Amino acid sequence: MSYSAIKVIKEAFTGHRGWKPLWRRPEPKPEYDIIVIGGGGHGLATAYYLASEYKNKKIAILEKGWLGGGNIGRNTTIFRSNYLLHDNEKFYEMSLKLWEKFEQDLNYNAMISQRGVINLFHSDAQRDAYVRRGNSMLINGADAILLNEDDLRKKCPFLNYDNARFPIQGGLWQPRGGTIRHDAVAWGYARAADQLGVDIIENCEVTGFDIQNGKCNAVRTNRGTIKAKKFGVAVAGSSSAVMANAGLQLPIESHVLQAFVSEGLKPIIPGVITFGAGHFYISQSDKGGLVFGGDIDGYNSYAQRGNMTVVEDVCEGGMAVMPMIGKARLLRMWGGVMDMSMDGSPIIDRTPIKGIYFNGGWCYGGFKATPASGKCFAHLLATDESHPNAKAYLLNRFEKGQMIDEKGMGAQPNLH
Amino acid sequence: MKINHPLLGPRNESEFTILGDAKLLNRPNILESNQAQAFYEYLYLRDNPIGMHRELWFHEQGDRSWLIVTRNTLTHEISKVELAANVVNKEGQAK
Repeated sequence: MSYSAIKVIKEAFTGHRGWKPLWRRPEPKPEYDIIVIGGGGHGLATAYYLASEYKNKKIAILEKGWLGGGNIGRNTTIFRSNYLLHDNEKFYEMSLKLWEKFEQDLNYNAMISQRGVINLFHSDAQRDAYVRRGNSMLINGADAILLNEDDLRKKCPFLNYDNARFPIQGGLWQPRGGTIRHDAVAWGYARAADQLGVDIIENCEVTGFDIQNGKCNAVRTNRGTIKAKKFGVAVAGSSSAVMANAGLQLPIESHVLQAFVSEGLKPIIPGVITFGAGHFYISQSDKGGLVFGGDIDGYNSYAQRGNMTVVEDVCEGGMAVMPMIGKARLLRMWGGVMDMSMDGSPIIDRTPIKGIYFNGGWCYGGFKATPASGKCFAHLLATDESHPNAKAYLLNRFEKGQMIDEKGMGAQPNLH
Repeated sequence: MKINHPLLGPRNESEFTILGDAKLLNRPNILESNQAQAFYEYLYLRDNPIGMHRELWFHEQGDRSWLIVTRNTLTHEISKVELAANVVNKEGQAK
């Protein structure tokens, strides 16, 4: 079933009875070629690229809950490629380019909105750091524009420019950054993968791996044992728990990150704005709600909800940069479990166990990476070679001293 | 979260910072040779369990003591709070 304007009009006149479920509900088969564990954004994108670009036939996705119930439905929907280090920048720029053709490739409306991402700076030193980052972005084929205070006042007159402690001097603007509806990303990939023959199996939790002589032959699940030649694990916050079943310890801690939405307001925020002096970022959804967030809570958590201390911290950041936000009422807030790696960068690599491949450590930046993560992980699963844009995301880079430490924070996962 | 400080009673989480897994107290001995693997594991690898977790909290905005807090990572429920100094004296000094 392909979507088109004609189809929408026809359905409007016939009571919307012709729409069908976007994916099948197949029973698990006893054996597949490749099994992707985790039906979030990354797992779905991986299966989609395995089927579409690498022409793999028998693929299944195993999801312990329902599709789209984890971090793919809990993030703040922002995509951007404003990184400093080349290993990161080329990967995230690849991702941004894939976002730009996501809707056409998948024939699915995801309400993509490239309204730009502005990182505010508050001192001369911070401006210089942002200039360097902007140059790194340009070198890697992304877009970056340095805004001075006058430029910024025209775009965002409502910011607190004259804050005594953190005056706003300007910003680094990536016009191609923006937001995309996160649920539609999950549904779009699921529909496309399903049409290519991928079995999406929900309510199927992996409880163990059958490993013999260092090779994995099957997974044990609550719906029986399923064999495959290769297993790709993309389970974000649950990475340590799932990989512990294979006897592996990871350079990852799971932390909770909270997000917030205000009541619906008329359009006011152009694009995404981030506070450079604290950790606070904000955008406005198509429904009008202000969508914002800040730091992780800082302690290990699998709870998908946070505590008051960080709620206050985020709101203080919002009041500091944008005092008008105090007039808006908070409508909803929630938490997601982040797989915080030790250097703040992700892992897309083989594991010491033959047949098991790992994708994780996305910290709180996994959503924007979804298409590139899926494509690079599919490349690794299909060819046994790292994708050229993900060669640095190795599992053993901590052992070898090849960290990709974008923030320069060292081995401290709750600071990334 | 409220942390029941052994000396000061219940204190708000906002007064504390957290370092992480209390296994960080057991640092490998830097004076021994061939400790590269041990230090890699110490510095980078974590159990990251679902459920009970012993972790190091620092009462930064308070009496500046280190605490070992036993906390459930699924419910945030705190079942035990000890002074790290007492535990170290009992279990042996970090090297």
